[in-house]
Amino acid sequence: MQHLLNIFVKSIFIDNMVFAYFLGMCSYLAVSKTVKTSVGLGVAVVFVLLITIPVNFLVEHYVLKKGALAWLGKGFADVDLSFLTFMVFIAVIAAIVQLVEMIIEKFSPSLYNSLGIFLPLIAVNCAILGAALFMQDREYQTVTEATVFGVGSGIGWMLAIVSIAAIREKLRYSNVPDPLKGLGITFILTGLMAIAFMGFMGIKL
Amino acid sequence: MSNIEREPMFSAKNIKLFTAPLSRDNPITVQVLGICSALAVTVKLKPAIVMALSVTIVVAVSNVVIAAMRKYITDRIRIIVQLVVIATMVILVDQVLKAYAFDVSKQLSVFVGLIITNCILMGRLEAFAMANKPWPSFIDGLGNGAGYGIILVVVAFFRELLGSGTLFGYPVMEKLGLYSTGYKNNGMMILPPMALIVVGLIIWFQRSRDKSLIEKK
Repeated sequence: MQHLLNIFVKSIFIDNMVFAYFLGMCSYLAVSKTVKTSVGLGVAVVFVLLITIPVNFLVEHYVLKKGALAWLGKGFADVDLSFLTFMVFIAVIAAIVQLVEMIIEKFSPSLYNSLGIFLPLIAVNCAILGAALFMQDREYQTVTEATVFGVGSGIGWMLAIVSIAAIREKLRYSNVPDPLKGLGITFILTGLMAIAFMGFMGIKL
Repeated sequence: MSNIEREPMFSAKNIKLFTAPLSRDNPITVQVLGICSALAVTVKLKPAIVMALSVTIVVAVSNVVIAAMRKYITDRIRIIVQLVVIATMVILVDQVLKAYAFDVSKQLSVFVGLIITNCILMGRLEAFAMANKPWPSFIDGLGNGAGYGIILVVVAFFRELLGSGTLFGYPVMEKLGLYSTGYKNNGMMILPPMALIVVGLIIWFQRSRDKSLIEKK
């Protein structure tokens, strides 16, 4: 239990998707103008990570890894499909995002209206594929660990985008030098926030 | 189609396609595309250059492929088609890197894979290759890859020089004899936050040179 909690906290604060690895920066910069939309996108990212990470974990362990196809029979025992990882992961992500979009549209139109426009964006959000690749890179052992890591990364990403959106809303009333307005100051602010987040480094539960 | 005059291969328009992304229409500082991977690989010059080359190749080739197929791609499934083309190119690049530059490929770790979701690719495919012929698309890809590369190299140059006192691993600061005068490397530069701040400063510099880029609000 403590082990899982450790992964969770680590993925939110220490290995924060935005501040430590710059993943999902494009939507982070583009959609962080107001708090409301950034909360919507943040929730959508957490949701998609919650579903895609375990699925990709299972795909990795039962299809892609060297020897993972052993369950099909002896002849498959040393098949190594790991070179297909990128293709399969991105296909799984795109398919799941599409599926989630259709399911939400059918069963909860109100949720669809608030999340809907963000979902297609998420398929190409590097945070999702990045989390899947980190999941593979760090060799999580069980599907629970992977899921906890996925949700943690999602929450970390959401934390980052919501806080920068809040700062940018306030920033509208400040006197920023003209050439720095918009993009420039957002970069520098993110850098400063990242320095603050480095204070979490080394925390272990 | 047939009555349209064929334009020469290196017409002014095509050259502009290549040069615009280098400065005025830079993918990173102006179009805000492809930031994700731009920052993480800029601690040292070498991985930055490898990354820039890989992205350029992937953008240029997938631009050509998509431009060649653009009339056969239905609107609804275009994102999947684009992703499949990009993913194939990235797998090729990844395998080549693993075979010929294993240490760099280890340093780049997941970021080679992340070229797939690099917004430059989707952005250029959507905005350019879906509406243009293969040759201009190829140039557009090269231009955008190069524009991305320039920023990467500039950021990596400052981070490596100030952070570790080397360039391509060559100890510049030591040879200049700066350490004996009490100079110290700025360890902050090799940490992730400084990449963001350096890019912020580049944007500041570029926009104060070219006032038309300033965001109006």
